[in-house]
Amino acid sequence: MPLDVLIVDDSAAIRKILQRVLRQAEVGVREVYEASDGLEALETLKKHKVHLVLADVNMPNMNGMQLLAHLKSTAEWQQLPVIMVTTEGSQSKVMEAVQLGAAGYIRKPFSAEQIKDKVSSLF
Amino acid sequence: MDQALIVKAVAAATQEVFSTMLAAEARQQAPYAERIPNVSDGVVAFIGLAGKWTGAGMLSCSPGLACKLASQLLMADYPEGEAVSEDVLDAVAEIANMVIGNVKNLLEEELGPMGMSIPTVIFGRNFTTRSVAQGEWIVTPFDCSGERLEVRLCLAPAREAAPLRHGFQAPEYVALG
Repeated sequence: MPLDVLIVDDSAAIRKILQRVLRQAEVGVREVYEASDGLEALETLKKHKVHLVLADVNMPNMNGMQLLAHLKSTAEWQQLPVIMVTTEGSQSKVMEAVQLGAAGYIRKPFSAEQIKDKVSSLF
Repeated sequence: MDQALIVKAVAAATQEVFSTMLAAEARQQAPYAERIPNVSDGVVAFIGLAGKWTGAGMLSCSPGLACKLASQLLMADYPEGEAVSEDVLDAVAEIANMVIGNVKNLLEEELGPMGMSIPTVIFGRNFTTRSVAQGEWIVTPFDCSGERLEVRLCLAPAREAAPLRHGFQAPEYVALG
């Protein structure tokens, strides 16, 4: 299945890296959309249907946990897999993400293999 | 705050970020402490930390090393002799975010949960740095292919907020004279 992915991170550098990793991973990525915070992500999701979201946690305006909670409480996006990609490595943050319904939690710094393996396991 | 604990956390975090994201080596040099951050040139990224312990982390390097690190992180060409672009500043900010974020993760085991601000990055020459922090800055330098990268961290116990005075009602006005 061709995958359309949304990357949500306030760092343009990380958005570029994830975009490159996804395209090189041969996991069938077709379209990659980008947003720099949770609010921008919601605007993008209203315009484009995606199969997967990769989201940072620490972002201005609406952070990744708030975005995740919003998506999981909205019928339209409830089944949309969200992988958190963040420097936040504390057990409490991981548990919070899992309880909110995250499909995965990848800590920065990450390797291309970690991203590829997690995405492959979901599709 | 135990200086050795900070240096160990900074070294582990920096080396992990360099090996995983930059395919490069950062060799730790002798750490030292200073009252005021001695940084006046180059590219500097700051990140605030807050919790039971508060302070800030800082990563600094020359414009040349910043371009080299951005080229390695983004797998694109940012020549050292050219201007420091927004991409280069973004890359340094993200490297600082990963280094200080992982230092925070390691120190949280000893110091309890801390929050982290979004990075601020500065590029310039002959600027002056001042710090209102109570404690010392622990500086951990690294040799990155012959160039110097410095990671600074300053942490001190947070001052406790004044307790709420339940039942106390503030006067609506105070008459003078």
